[in-house]
Amino acid sequence: MAQRYIGQSVKRTEDPRLVSGLAHYVDDIKLPDLHYVSFVRSIHGHAKIRRIDNSAASKMPGVVRIFTGEDCRNVGSVPTAGALENLKVPHHPVLALNKVRYVGEPVVAVVAQSLYQARDAADAVVVDYEPLAAVVDPIKAASPESKPIHDEFSDNIAYTWTLSGGDVKQAFKDADRIIKQRMEHQRLIPVAMEPRGVIARYFPGEKELTIWSSTQIPHLMRTQVAIMLGLPENRLRVVTPEVGGGFGSKLNVYGEEALLGHIAMQLGKPVKWIETRSENFAATIHGRGQVGDVEIAIKNDGQILGITYKIWADLGAYHQLLTPAIPTLTGLMLPGTYRIPAIRMDVTGVFTNKMATDAYRGAGRPEATHVIERAADLVAQELNMDPVEVRRKNFPAKKDFPYSTATGLSYDSGNYEASLKKALKLGEYKKWRREQEKGRKKGRYLGIGISTYVEICAMGPSPAMPAGGWESATVRIEPTGKVTVLTGASPHGQGQETSFAQIAAEMLGVDLDDVIVIHGDTAIVQYGIGTFGSRATAVGGTAVYRAVQQLIKKASVLAAHLLKLPKNQVAFRDGKFYSSSNPEKSLTLQEVALASHIAKNLPKNYEPGLSATYFFEPKNFTFPFGAHLCVVEADRETGSVKILKYAAVDDCGKVINPLLVEGQIHGGIVQSLGQAFMEEAVYDENGQLITGTLMDYAIPRAMDVPWLELDRTETPSPVNPLGVKGVGEAGTIGATPALVNAVVDALRPFGVKHIDMPLRPEKIWRLMQKEAQ
Amino acid sequence: MQISLSINGKRHQADVEPRLLLVHFLRENAQLTGTHIGCETSVCGACTVLLDGKAVKSCTLLAVQANNREVTTIEALAKDGKLHPIQQAFWEEHGLQCGYCTPGMIMTAHQLLQDNTQPTDEEIRRGIEGNLCRCTGYQHIVKAIRSAAAKMHAAPAAVKEDKQPETVAR
Repeated sequence: MAQRYIGQSVKRTEDPRLVSGLAHYVDDIKLPDLHYVSFVRSIHGHAKIRRIDNSAASKMPGVVRIFTGEDCRNVGSVPTAGALENLKVPHHPVLALNKVRYVGEPVVAVVAQSLYQARDAADAVVVDYEPLAAVVDPIKAASPESKPIHDEFSDNIAYTWTLSGGDVKQAFKDADRIIKQRMEHQRLIPVAMEPRGVIARYFPGEKELTIWSSTQIPHLMRTQVAIMLGLPENRLRVVTPEVGGGFGSKLNVYGEEALLGHIAMQLGKPVKWIETRSENFAATIHGRGQVGDVEIAIKNDGQILGITYKIWADLGAYHQLLTPAIPTLTGLMLPGTYRIPAIRMDVTGVFTNKMATDAYRGAGRPEATHVIERAADLVAQELNMDPVEVRRKNFPAKKDFPYSTATGLSYDSGNYEASLKKALKLGEYKKWRREQEKGRKKGRYLGIGISTYVEICAMGPSPAMPAGGWESATVRIEPTGKVTVLTGASPHGQGQETSFAQIAAEMLGVDLDDVIVIHGDTAIVQYGIGTFGSRATAVGGTAVYRAVQQLIKKASVLAAHLLKLPKNQVAFRDGKFYSSSNPEKSLTLQEVALASHIAKNLPKNYEPGLSATYFFEPKNFTFPFGAHLCVVEADRETGSVKILKYAAVDDCGKVINPLLVEGQIHGGIVQSLGQAFMEEAVYDENGQLITGTLMDYAIPRAMDVPWLELDRTETPSPVNPLGVKGVGEAGTIGATPALVNAVVDALRPFGVKHIDMPLRPEKIWRLMQKEAQ
Repeated sequence: MQISLSINGKRHQADVEPRLLLVHFLRENAQLTGTHIGCETSVCGACTVLLDGKAVKSCTLLAVQANNREVTTIEALAKDGKLHPIQQAFWEEHGLQCGYCTPGMIMTAHQLLQDNTQPTDEEIRRGIEGNLCRCTGYQHIVKAIRSAAAKMHAAPAAVKEDKQPETVAR
């Protein structure tokens, strides 16, 4: 039966307020007597703080107080959840103490009555630094000659981690050939359009601190900030209003969140800090930042026997929430869509004088996909095989699912051949191969890139997560029959106010407009985990589904009582409870809800009210997959690359709202395009961030983006009753290798086998200046 | 400095610092928070408003530069509880996700469709080049502007009604 809401391209319920300029982001919240905070941040990559002179600044108009690291000694260290063996965890103060270790590290916080006054006074603070040599390159930083940037440790190696499965030695012994390649995944800057922002207000009477923050994880942040401030958790309320994009950069606990709380409590005044774009570049987490050597053991027929990957992970100066954990996801997903019996990954996590790297859309999985998908093309080139055939040769078959990888994962469901086949057709693979052949004869350099990816999503089963991997939902039917859903997920653009309402409305047989979805306020919503790792629908949506099921079960008991029928003779359909033998005899959901609340005629032991709460713990991750195809033309005169075609076939399991899924994939692919062609966070040898503004760091504009042709296959996940898998990161994980493979393929006549991102015209031009073969 | 300007048809008079940015005047003095600040350097376009009917980035204009002029912000586009065709199209085509760039993007699209009633996709992409979006990948935004153009072109009478007094003056 066609469903009314689930699977339909329903327009988003959150949009009218957003297109009208009536939504409330953190900066839109006004409080009486609100004060403003402006930071003095380190201008050095590495330096001793000799002296801080606040004398001039503190006399400036409107200045209320100036805080330094010394004033915040009782605020705890910024937390990390990476629970790796032998992990070195340096103290991470909310304001620097004695030393600064990256450009942008907060040193002084100035509080004034207005934003302009706070910024003026921050400019008048004098910090006397003694610059120290900066450690910038992660490979050099890991060497014993490199001076440790944290005095409490003997070197800059934060941890080493190895993942190994299958007989790697034997695989390399059995190989006909071994291919080796160094690959770099450059540092990226997430650039959510809304920078971070925090407001804190303390009511001493109620002993209640409220923090408004642009975060993806209100509940986890509340727990951590309460610990940092030594505050009982139930005295801290975290409110996450509208959030203008996150991409992982707000999946964190930042020093500023606790510091603003500390300041509000010290001053007894509400305080606000809105990050400037420059602060966002320097002091909000970065992504990627891996360099490593891959070795691939193959047979002459294209079969991959084993892979090893040894990397240095550029962690930055301090751990943020998940900093050390990100490269481990790369290890888990290294097999990609292939049956590779032997795998080994060695990570050396290294401290450098830079901002911390952490989860940026994809978080460790784009790196894995890039490595394995570039590797598949290296195999094809080495053996002079069609890259499609190399992939087909190594796919697990549909019947092999659930498929166990050498890295210990169980891929829930998949049909890689089906998505590849569809992508080849949508992308007109054969036609473009012919065009390429013709073009090369005329000095026209076309390239075709393919990527078949699988991602680990719906994070995740709690045993595999640092702080719980379940999600919660409460569903209430109010006395008037209106439905309220409280979700522990914390959407920030994904549209779950709509998709969760679709689930509830479908199951309850009510109109979508009768459902409201509330999230992001710890005083209203039961504990939740948050929105990240393509998890909200698969885990949080399932919690809504289960809560509604429980609710219907409860209401059926009352309906049977009111209809004077045995429980097993009552059916629920289209928002009504029916007698299964006499459909004339019925009660609406609203009638039952009202009866449940006024509670005058209830069955024995029936609890009044009508609400249900469910905490859903998934048994496994989900593994969405797909195939992308990209056709490019590289211009030998200018080194510029034009994308002639982009076709993507993604399989994210069952789809709640196709329109929203499309939007997620578009956005993800374009962020990939940014990484492939434009974006790179560059620090110079002194640890200066050279790409510190939008003038120096290019993110894709509308003109840079080709038309994206999308299609889907639909392989339901057995992990949850909705059959959904997650889609938030698919584009970012699947697209990068398709883009890069296409460019490498275009440059094949010039003997090119690999190019590191970003593929800027200068790089391409240089590679095309040789004689073509 | 004493300034007087019209914002969404309403007169605002204030004594402001000469350095006060127009966007801060709109957000703090006029309490119109639909205009967002994304970079303070006129790169991202989140703060785009209409000044005498022309799209401008209000983070790099001073409030005093708007003295005796007319400013239109996103809050003024919907009339009598009915969304402007561009707003409606952004909604229908899923032209937004987090919504932060959206008001600026819509104001830029407004000017674009004033200048060119039937733009090609390429002209749309060029027209919104000064506005960054990190969520959508732009495709649904292009579709939304294309669809708004078609509707506004097909129903010129309705469009006339929807036009702001400021833009009529252009």
